[in-house]
Parts: sequence; C-alpha cells; structure tokens
Amino acid sequence: MEALIAITIGALTTGGVFLMLQRRTFPVVLGLSLLSYAVNIFIFISGRIALNAPPIIGMGPAPIDPLPQALVLTAIVISFGMTAVILMLALGSFLHRGDDSADGGGP
Amino acid sequence: MSAHFVIAPVILPAALAGLMVLFARSPAFQRLGAVLGASGLIALALYNLTQASLGPTPYFLGNWPAPFGIVLVLDRLSALMLALVAGLAGVVLAYVLATGWDRRGAYFHPLFMFQLMGLNGAFLTADAFNLFVFFEVLLIASYGLMVHGGGAERLRAGLQYVAFNLLGSTVFLFALATIYAISGTLNMADLAQKLPLMPPEDAALIRLSAVLLLVVFAVKGALVPLQFWLPRSYAAAPAPVAALFAVMTKLGAYAMIRFGTLVFPTTLAATGALWGNILWAAGLVGIAVGAFGVLGAARLAPLIGFAIIGSMGVVVLTVSAFTAPALAAALYYAVHSTLAAATLFLLADTIIARRGGDDLAQAGPKMAQGGLISGLFMAAAVAMVGLPPLSGFVGKVQVLQALSAHAPVAWSVILLGTLVTMIGFARAGSALFWRVDTALSVPKHPAQPIAFAAIFALIAAMVALSLFAAPVAGWLAVTADDLMAPQAYINVQSLPAVAP
Repeated sequence: MEALIAITIGALTTGGVFLMLQRRTFPVVLGLSLLSYAVNIFIFISGRIALNAPPIIGMGPAPIDPLPQALVLTAIVISFGMTAVILMLALGSFLHRGDDSADGGGP
Repeated sequence: MSAHFVIAPVILPAALAGLMVLFARSPAFQRLGAVLGASGLIALALYNLTQASLGPTPYFLGNWPAPFGIVLVLDRLSALMLALVAGLAGVVLAYVLATGWDRRGAYFHPLFMFQLMGLNGAFLTADAFNLFVFFEVLLIASYGLMVHGGGAERLRAGLQYVAFNLLGSTVFLFALATIYAISGTLNMADLAQKLPLMPPEDAALIRLSAVLLLVVFAVKGALVPLQFWLPRSYAAAPAPVAALFAVMTKLGAYAMIRFGTLVFPTTLAATGALWGNILWAAGLVGIAVGAFGVLGAARLAPLIGFAIIGSMGVVVLTVSAFTAPALAAALYYAVHSTLAAATLFLLADTIIARRGGDDLAQAGPKMAQGGLISGLFMAAAVAMVGLPPLSGFVGKVQVLQALSAHAPVAWSVILLGTLVTMIGFARAGSALFWRVDTALSVPKHPAQPIAFAAIFALIAAMVALSLFAAPVAGWLAVTADDLMAPQAYINVQSLPAVAP
C-alpha cells in the first residue's frame, strides 16, 4: 500500500515537472494539474495510511486523523480555481497573439 | 469585544469586495466603497498598532481553542505590516482614482479589496495552513489586478507570473504536509513547542520542510535565484498595481522572519543556522543582481523591479544574522524600501503617461509638468539608493551597524551595490529628463493634483521616517526583542502543555 501510493505520487510529480518545462502553455497547465494531484494525495496520506478507519472517534476500533481530509479539500478547491484562472489567461494570451508559447518568444 | 478588532482588517475588505461585485455596474458606488474601505483600514491599523504595543492579542476563530482551531495573533510585527499595507493602499487608491486607472476594467476595486484582505490575513494568522490560504487569496486577486486593463504583453507576463506562483503554492503544500506528518500540528506556536522535542531521526525531514518553506518564501520575496519573474511581471502590470505589489515581496520577508524566529529558530537543533546560511548567500548575490540589473535595464519599470530585488537582498542579508538588532534594522529597511519602491512605480506611471513610454534608450518628447516630475524622481531615487537625508540612508546605516560582525564581506557588498545602483538611477534620470527630442511636440496632459499629492505623501512618509528615526527604531527594537523571545506570542494562545 505504502509503495503503491509513493510510486503514484512520484509518477505524478515527475510527469508534472516534465510538462511544466514545455514551451507551450497547454502542457504547462496540464503539468500544474498533475502536480496538484500529486500534492493532494501527499497531503491526504500525511495523516498516516489506514484502511476502513472512520475519521470519527467511537465509530471504529481506531479513528483516522480527520484534519488532512479537511486540508486536502481546501487544497483541491484552491487548485481547481487556480487552474481555471490560468486556463483563461492562457486562452486570452493565445487569442491575442495567435501563439501559445509560454515564454512569448519568437518561433 | 475589543478582540474583534484583530480580525476586522480581514472582514472589512472581504465584505466590501462582495458588495462591490454585487454593484459592479455602479462605478460611483465602487469608488465610494473603496475610499471607505481604505480609510477604515487605516483607522483599524492605527488602533491595532496601539493595541499591539501593549502585548500580543489572540483571536480564536469560532472560539475553538488552539491548536484545534485557527488562531489569528496580533503582535507588534503583524501590526506594523498591517499599518504599512493600509497606508500604502490609501495612497495607491488616491492615485488610481485621480488617474482613472480603475476605469480601464470592470473589477478593479473588488480585486483591490480582496488583495488587501489576503495581505492582512497573511500578516495576522498564526496557523501555517491558514497562511497558505491567505497567500492564495492575495495571489488570485493579484492575478486579476496584474492583467487589469488587458493587452497581449500583460497577459503573457501574467501567465508566467501565475504559473510560477502556482508552482510555489504546490511546494508550499508539500512542505506543510511534511511538517504535519512529522509533528501533527500546523499551529505555528504549537510547532515552536513541539519541533524541539521531535526524535533525532526526524531531523532530516524537519530540515527538508524548512528548506521547502524557504523556497516558497523566496519565490514571494524574489530572492536570488528565484527572482526572474519579478522585473518582467512588475513592468507589465499597471504601475499603480505594481506600487501595491511592492508590499508583496515584503510578505516573503515577513514570513521568513516569523518562521525563522518562531518555528525554526537558530536554537532548534535540527535546523540550526541552516536558514541563516542560505539567506546570507542569497542576500549577497541578490544585492549584486539588483545593482547590475538597475545599471543595465533598458526601461524604467524593470529598473525599479531590479531595485526591489536589490533592496530585498539587503533585507534578507540583515535577517540572516537572526539577532535582535539585525531584525530591527531589517524591519526599518523593509518599511522604507516598500515606500521607496511604491513612490518610484507611481512616478513611472506619471512618466509613461506623459512621455508615451519608459524606454531609456530612445529620446522622448519634453514632458508636461516635467520639472516637478524630475524633482520627485530625484527624491525617490535618493531614497531608493539610500543617500541622506531620506530614510534609506538611516536604514542602511542601521543595517551596516547590525552586520558589523561580518563587516568585510557584508559592508563591501552593500556599499558597492549602493554605488552601482546610484549610477544606474543617475543614468535613468538623465536619459528620461535630459535626452529630450525637441523636434517632438509636447503632449498635453492634465496636472492631476491628487495624483501628485499621493506621491508627495509617500515622500513625506519617508521624510517622517528619517526625522523620527529614533522613536521608530526604538519601537522596532522592542519588536525584534519580542521576536527573538517569542514566549509571549506562544503563551497568549494557551496551548495544552506538551509532554517532553
């Protein structure tokens, strides 16, 4: 379980960083999304991994820490909003210049 | 009852921004709300300054006890930054209203208020995750302000700015999750109590999260080598907005001071002098990059951006010592350099509006009100460079005194940086005001007395800062002592006792 989650986070981060380094804006946006997925899982497991453990005291043998779940909800909402903003900016920049390179340079 | 004044600087702009969005069709209502909001924030900041001088005041959101709920704490450092934000917002708002910048897009005032809400919240909060949330609030407002008025160049620079800051936010979340996984808390005072008790095998993770956090704050504060976004973004943003953004780099410095004294103090075995060593190097190189950037900039607005990088270099170089006199000097210099950078950006806007551009290589037409503007530019440049009689000089003397233990390296870099910056500003001033193409007709431009009054107000603030340098430095010395011994900041939250 630990290995699976660690590999998932690592793969998402690698893909995200690779896409962030591209010249076109669309891969950059996708890379940011992948990075935010990676960090969301990372926050979620910062309260330790446990199966079938409810986040409420008294509903199971050992409750799981509920705070990371609240933190990850906040992080998801924020990254969702930020992705929308950067997509609008990328679209606006593309429509203004007819070119979607992120550095704004020539060909 | 009076405790609610702690959260009022966050609630007031948030409520006003919401109302302004509802009445987006009425520019008069928006302007009225903006003026009311800015004056309310200034009054609140003054009240909070007097309150904070008596000691830290906590505000428990929803009356949840710390560390289970979010706590805001008003202490001297927060109150100082709140006052700086409120004063700067008032001046920038007066300038914006006088020049009509707010009419170039529909949502200037709500975004401006959300920006202030984010700044005030970030300066007040005592919870690391809440700090992240307020960072995002002010950033998303700054994205909107940055592209206010539109245009291809602004959108492109805005895209880079947003992408870079989103990357910074992701790193922030990685750092926070690591800290939470180690310690099980995100309350900064609780962290200050728990991190020294962590087993030695967690030391590597603590160091990792400390460096990740420093990277995030370095992005915000435009520290070398993470400064590349700043000159281009600030130059592309509307100049009055860039004047407000001058305080955003100081948010990076604030976060470094807060975390470096409270959560990762030099007495914490896991981190020790780690932050100090990194900041020392980043500060020295930052001063050099800023100085040569000022010398080589092709336009006025990026030139001011490089001057900000240089002044942040001075601030973090001073902070890196993590002693009480150094922190006091760094705070004085940070306040001063915010005012100086804002003055320069407002002046850049008056120059661009009258000259048709800020290209230093090309001779422009003679400017309307050119004599007045050149005099003001002289004063602002003197302040930014750090020459007498303005507060930059007083600030740099304090910085040099505080760094006297490292005099050979620190003094020579700061003084040489000052010299190079001075030459750069002299070059920019002569290119703007003396290389005039007389064949071009002088473009007509209204005088806009309120816009000039706003610039005068900033210069007057810097004059006052140097006239009353002794009482201000005395107040800041107590602030720095409180920061170095944060027991009062921790005790006021009445946290549960930690078993060793």
